[in-house]
Order: sequence, then C-alpha cells, then structure tokens
Amino acid sequence: MKPTDYRDPEYYHKVVDCQYACPAHTPVPQYIRLIAAGKYTEAYMVNWESNVFPGILGRTCDRPCEPACRRGRVEEEPVAICRLKRVASDFKDDVSHLMPDIPLTKNGKKIALIGGGPASLSVARDLAPLGYELHVYDDQTKGGGMMRTQIPSFRLPIHVLNQEVEQILNLGIITHFNQYITSLKSIVNEDYDAVFVGTGAPKGKDLILPGREEGSANIFIGIEWLASVAFEHTEKIGKRVIVLGGGNTAMDCCRTSRRLGGDEVKVIVRSPFAEMKASPWEKEDAMHEDIPIIDNHVPKSYVTENGRLTGMLFEKVEAIYENGKRRLVPTGEPDVFFPADDVIIAIGQENKFEWVERDLGIEFDQWDMPVVNETTFASTRPGLFFGGDAALGPKNIITAVAQGHNAAISIDLYCQGEDINQRPAPDTKLFSTKMGIHEWSYDNDITTEFRFPVPQADKKETLSDRKKEVELGFDLKTAFREAQRCLNCDVQTVFSESKCIECDACMDICPTNCITFTYNEDEEGLRMKLLVPAVNETQDILVSDILKTGKIMVKDEDLCLHCGLCAERCPTAAWDMQEFLYNTAKAGHHCYV
Amino acid sequence: MTYIRPQFQHPLLPKNSLGYNRKDYEGSLSTLCAGCGHDSISAAVVEACFELEIEPHKVAKLSGIGCSSKTPAYFLSNSHGFNSVHGRMPSVATGANLANRDLVYLGVSGDGDTASIGMGQFAHVVRRNLNMTYIVMNNGCYGLTKGQDSATADYGSISKAGQANMFEGIDLCGLAIELGATFVAQSFSGDKSQLIPLIKAALSHSGFALINVISPCVTFNNNPGSTKSYDYVREHNEALSSLDFVPVREEIVTEYNHTQVRFVEMHDGSMLKLNKLSPEWDPEDKLSIVIALNKAREKDEILTGLLYLDTKSIELNDLLNTTATPLNQLTEKELCPGSDVLEGINEGLR
Repeated sequence: MKPTDYRDPEYYHKVVDCQYACPAHTPVPQYIRLIAAGKYTEAYMVNWESNVFPGILGRTCDRPCEPACRRGRVEEEPVAICRLKRVASDFKDDVSHLMPDIPLTKNGKKIALIGGGPASLSVARDLAPLGYELHVYDDQTKGGGMMRTQIPSFRLPIHVLNQEVEQILNLGIITHFNQYITSLKSIVNEDYDAVFVGTGAPKGKDLILPGREEGSANIFIGIEWLASVAFEHTEKIGKRVIVLGGGNTAMDCCRTSRRLGGDEVKVIVRSPFAEMKASPWEKEDAMHEDIPIIDNHVPKSYVTENGRLTGMLFEKVEAIYENGKRRLVPTGEPDVFFPADDVIIAIGQENKFEWVERDLGIEFDQWDMPVVNETTFASTRPGLFFGGDAALGPKNIITAVAQGHNAAISIDLYCQGEDINQRPAPDTKLFSTKMGIHEWSYDNDITTEFRFPVPQADKKETLSDRKKEVELGFDLKTAFREAQRCLNCDVQTVFSESKCIECDACMDICPTNCITFTYNEDEEGLRMKLLVPAVNETQDILVSDILKTGKIMVKDEDLCLHCGLCAERCPTAAWDMQEFLYNTAKAGHHCYV
Repeated sequence: MTYIRPQFQHPLLPKNSLGYNRKDYEGSLSTLCAGCGHDSISAAVVEACFELEIEPHKVAKLSGIGCSSKTPAYFLSNSHGFNSVHGRMPSVATGANLANRDLVYLGVSGDGDTASIGMGQFAHVVRRNLNMTYIVMNNGCYGLTKGQDSATADYGSISKAGQANMFEGIDLCGLAIELGATFVAQSFSGDKSQLIPLIKAALSHSGFALINVISPCVTFNNNPGSTKSYDYVREHNEALSSLDFVPVREEIVTEYNHTQVRFVEMHDGSMLKLNKLSPEWDPEDKLSIVIALNKAREKDEILTGLLYLDTKSIELNDLLNTTATPLNQLTEKELCPGSDVLEGINEGLR
C-alpha cells in the first residue's frame, strides 16, 4: 500500500469524524475545548463563522456529527456535541462588537435573496462584509423562514431565534417583508446582479383518502398548522388528536397538540418504529409527553358522521424485506378504528415553484425541480442560484447553511466576473501542541464518564405553556464534564519516518492497539494483519513510508483516542500531536474569528 | 515516562481461552524513559503470557534492583511479585520454587544485577537448574546511575561521554552454557517476532532458562560507537534460526524440509519449530554453540535466537525429590504422620 499523503488536508479532515460529517464542517473539537476552557464567547464565534446559527442549531440541529463521533465507537454514546453548542450560545457575552464591519462604500453589486430562511440568511451573512447590497424578500413579517414557522417555541424560544436572525439583518441587509413574490421574472427583470432563491419546501403533503372532504374542517396539514400556531392564529385543538407521519414535523405537531388542549394525542405511522424518520431523541421527547407512537398502521379512510370527523380507519401491516427493499404487507387482521376530534397530516413536504416562470432559461428536471449544480448551487440561468430546501429538496437547517456558504462563494465569483467552478481551497493549519515533556496544549487526560442527559423543565409546566422551553440546557459544571468527554480528534498523530528508530514504544503503549509495525502489502492484507484487525473500512489507515528495517508503521485511525501516549513514549519525537484546523472557504476568503 | 493511561480499550481485542485479553496481562504504567528497550520486553512478556494462556495468578515474577528490576511492576499486575535485594533474586526464586512448584517463575534482572553484584547468585542458580525463566535486560550500562559501563559492556564500546570501554565484557550466554544451563537464548528488545516465541519456549521449559535480551538504553547508551545501541544491534544481529512455538494442543501437519526445519519437543509436549537452521549448528549440541558464539565474537556479530536446549533437563525439584504439593497446602496430617510412621523410619535406619 502506498504511504499516506499527509499533505492532503482531506486525510486529516476525515479523521475528525464530527467535523467531517457536519455539512458545514464546523470545527467541533476546537469549540468544545474552548467551552472546557470557559471561553464561551470564543466558542460561539467559532460556531458562528461556520454555521451562522449556533443558538438555534444548538437546540434544533439534526446532529449528523453525533452518530459519527469517535467516542460512540470507543464507548457507548457520542459526545453531546449539539447541546454543547447551546452552552456556547447560552453563556456567551455580548457578541455585537465581534460582528464583521460592513463597508460604508458598497461594491456596487446588488443581490436579491428570495426567502428569509437559513439559506438566504447565510448567503447574506457571507456577502454583507464584502460590500454587497443585499435585498431579502419574504412573505412573513419577520425573517427566519421555517425556523420561525415550523419549529415550536418549546424547542426554540423566540428570543434565541430573533437574536440570531437580527444579528444578520443588522449587517445592513435591506428587508422586504410581508411581500410574497408571485413572479421570479419580476425580480430578474429588476437591476439585480444576481438572484438567490432560498424559498425552502413550503408545501406540506396532503393525504387524500375517503372522507377527506367531509372532515376537512378538522384535518390540517402539519407545517401549515405549525405556522398558524406560531403566528397565534390557532390556539386550540380537540381533545383527541391523531398525527399522521413519522418525521420530526410529526413529533413537533403531536407535542404542540399536547400544549393546545390535546389530552389523547397519538402518532400513527405506516413504517416500523425503528425506521421512522424522526430523530431518536425527538421520538423520546414525544413519548415522554405521554404520546404513544403506533407503528405499522396504514391510514385507510377518514371516518365522518353528519359531516364531522369522528376518527380514522387504519389497516395493520408488517414490513417484509426482499432484496434490500421494504414492502408493507397487510397482516389480514381487521382494520382498526381510532376516534379523533382532529387529524394532523405530517407526512412530508414539497417544493413549490409555481411562481417561477418556465421561460427564464432555467432547466427543470423530470420531477419539475430546477436543475441545480451540487457544488456551485447555480441554476442553468447565469446569475441565478438556489440553496437550502429549494435547491436539492427538503433536508435540514445545517445543510441549508452549508449550501448558503457555497452559493455565496458562487455569487461573489460570478459578480467579480470569475469562474464559479474554480472553488477556493479550505483554510487549513497544522501545528504542534507540544509545550514541554508530556505537556500538550490540549488536555489529553480524557474522562471515562458517560454522556450526561440534558435536564428538562417540569412536564406539567411545559405542557401548560406552549412557549416554555422544555430543555434547560447544561449548567456550566455539567457542560465542562461533558466537554471533557471529547477525544480531541483534531489533534492529529503526525508521524515522521526519518526520526523513527523502531523501538516499538508507541506500539506497546497505545491503549487501543492502533499502531503496528509490519511489512507492507496491499490494503486488504495490511488491515487484517494489524495488532487488532482494522475492520471498520469507513476509517482510513495511516501508512508510513518504508523504515530502516524494511518495515512500515501502520495506524488504524478507527479507535485512536488522540491521547498522545505514542508521542509521549517516543524517544525521538517521531510522533507529534499536531492540532489540525480546517475551515471551509467562505466568500471572499473572509475570516470572522 | 507518562502520567496518564486511558481506561478505554479496543472493543475487538482478542481473548484467549481463559477469557482474558492482552490488557489483563498488563501492569501499571511504566516510569522508564520513553523508548527504553525494557518496555518492549515487558510488552513481549505480556504477549507471551497472553498467548500461552497462563492464568496470571499462577505466575510469580521476581527481580532484584535496577531499571530492569522495576519492570515486573509494568506487566502481569494480577500475578505474584517480589522485588528483592540487589543481585539476590535467585535466592528468593529458589526458596519460593522449592516451597511451591505449582507456579511459573519469571525472574527479571539486568546486566548489573546479574553480571556484577549478582554474579555469584547467578552462577549457582544456573548450575542447580532451578525451574525458572531468567530474563536479563542487558543494556551494557548502569542506567539508573547515569550510564557507567557495566560488566557486559563490550570491549571498545564507546560510552555516551566518548570513552571506550577498557575491559572485556562478560558473555552471559557463553557463561551459562559453561555452567550447565539447560535453555539458553539471546534476543533483542527491538525484535518481538523473535522474542515472544523465545519467552514462550523458556516459560514452557522445565529447568533453568536464560534469555539474554540486548535492550538499548535510549538515554545513556544509544550513541554511535556503542555496541548496545538500536542501530548497532540491528546491523550486527545474526539470527541462528527463526523460531515458532507450537502449543501442545496443535498438531503439526505441514510438510517441511528436514535440513532447513527442525522440531524440538519440550518437556510439556509443546514443540519448538526452528526455521532456516544453519547447518553448522545444532541446538542440542553444546559444542557447536560454543564454537558458533566464539566465531560470532570474532566477526563482531551478535548471535540471536535459541542457542542451546537440553531436552533431558531435570529441574531442581525433581532432582531433590521435593514434595509435589505446595508447602502452603500441606496439613498437619501430612507433616506429622504419627509415631507409627516415625517408628517405621527409625526401624529402617537400624
């Protein structure tokens, strides 16, 4: 096997599992160390540079980082990365003076951002410091998009949302709220140098079954209903509520129902419980609020009496797996009736592009979605960009932010007359953490403590007040102990062949037996002959060049604790623990921290 | 020296038939210098005991004084241990062994502890063929007192201060063979693939087994000109054979070339497989190894591997016909068999 190319930043980037898994590549271990050091403002700013909404995401993120976390492979549970982000936000000082300066003289370029959600706001944040004149259009009274309409206040308090949205709008963004754009043509015909579409996936899917018409007074579409609750148009719901769907929106709908008078709220879902799209913690929170989740039930009809909904009929099914495909097969048992006063349909959402004329030079695909480049987020019409759920279908906030960053780079390049396909490289740094003999600039003595649960407010209290936040967040003591669970995977084990005397000290001391000195062969053979075979192929092995005795050093990255013992035991400093910082490129190479 | 040791371990770490993994054979964290050869030997002991599937509580580890003699703290923390007086480990080992034959005795010593202050004790434990493994962690210097030449430093070897050694070094392997040792091996701390099977063979040998392991002192004797440095030993290492240890329960089925490969059966039924055998040397022929050692000395070579093995070895307990039951398990019934038995004995002596 060829020696690993250490100079390729993507190698070390991949070792930092959490950061690699994050769509925006937030430098997670870096901010967790700052939290452990009590530097909450700095931790917040590291986040803000990368993911723009640390306070919001620290409460609502889908957390792709956590299933990736190395700690979850070393022991049972990953580090509570998401809730540590919230700690940075909760305990930061005033950050207004740390916001970027906005040039008084603009650069003469004018950009329209349609939709006021996370994607558009991320583009605005990236472009404002470069001198662009930014116009945000939204049909709501305030910015935030789906973060305002679809995420209930008991998960995301309004003041947190407002603070982080206004933080961006205060960068000199010109807002056009309460204005629904009915024609994209009308915008592109104005004097904008570029247009960004970040209108999300605003259409909730309906479920047409017998009785839908008759019962319509008591049947609601999930995201529309949540928005109407958020704007206080809806304040009540019936005592018995059925929520259809197994995603996070369904979880928000059922929990909101519990707060608006629903005593007997049920979630009823087609698929088996384990395959529901909702995050495990959101399912847990729903069940904690006495909401049963009934799986393997396919809705058959809405049952009405005298033009009024009385419940729903379901067919019982079981999941059969054939050739990796799932089929839901009826069990043959009699259909089940569940009485209900109201039904909320939360079975998915879709894009809505009726307002986009088809003669603008935008190519649409077979699903009637605009064709969007997955790197540049450009449409087929020059100067017109898409991002967030509007670009590649419904995902989540952090994906929208990541796409916003990329679209901002494209818009900047486009406006400067450069090639949008020439993407700027990430900003990377690799530097030694050595401070003295067995002294490193990071704390390598990690704790064996298990993951700490986030405390919640009293259930009685939260169920009686829709706006009362359920999660209380970590206190500082718990936050520190949770932060100490981080393995510092960004502190890399850097090996230099020329210094190694092959004394085996590193191999002997490594607590997880990651290091083996052996003779080279192909990757498959090499992986199997390590001290403990490297069977997790999603993780790379670090392979050195040939050493004096003809052997090579092979390190399995999979379970490396980044404890630095290999470097401490090395008599010649052939191992060094080096901190690796990786920041994705931002428009105009702007740095915020 | 390091101060921390994470408690986590690899979840896929293999277990032996006793249900233990390598970690169960480790000791506390070493306080020796980073890169010390002794730590590699400790790791080899851990690996050998793990692979031999020895129950840790069936091992007694003994040592004298010195860097080497600290190492029993760094392996087999679940075994019995005795850190004795400088150079006097053999006496303690002899006493323990006579009192309890059921344990596996592993003595660890250094070049000072063996070839200087402990030379007298060493000579007698060899000639008595005490059933033990005696590992010398030989770095050719007194590492604990800043690296003065020890009695095993080769003539002309250059110290860290730049001085050439004026005296002949003691060859512990040659000496042990002269004194009637029944298992003699030499190895290098930087070559675990050789050292681990040697330790396994030594632990399985019935009688006195010496393994002289060249173990570079990274702090005081790893300089150019030293004959005990990593580089020098690697360059001058001449392995007589490579060794595989075949445990009792494994049957040998493969075809092999008899002039190149030799099997030697150990006392307990396990086998040693010697590969790439040199034709001029026979591990059971004392004379051949004495010649080989002398030739090697002339050529500045360090012979490693299994040097000599006497398969007909009779260990001290058998020679003295001591009781098979450990003394701590003998009861009053066995110890005071009554006046009738005494009568019988007295009768026999008349």
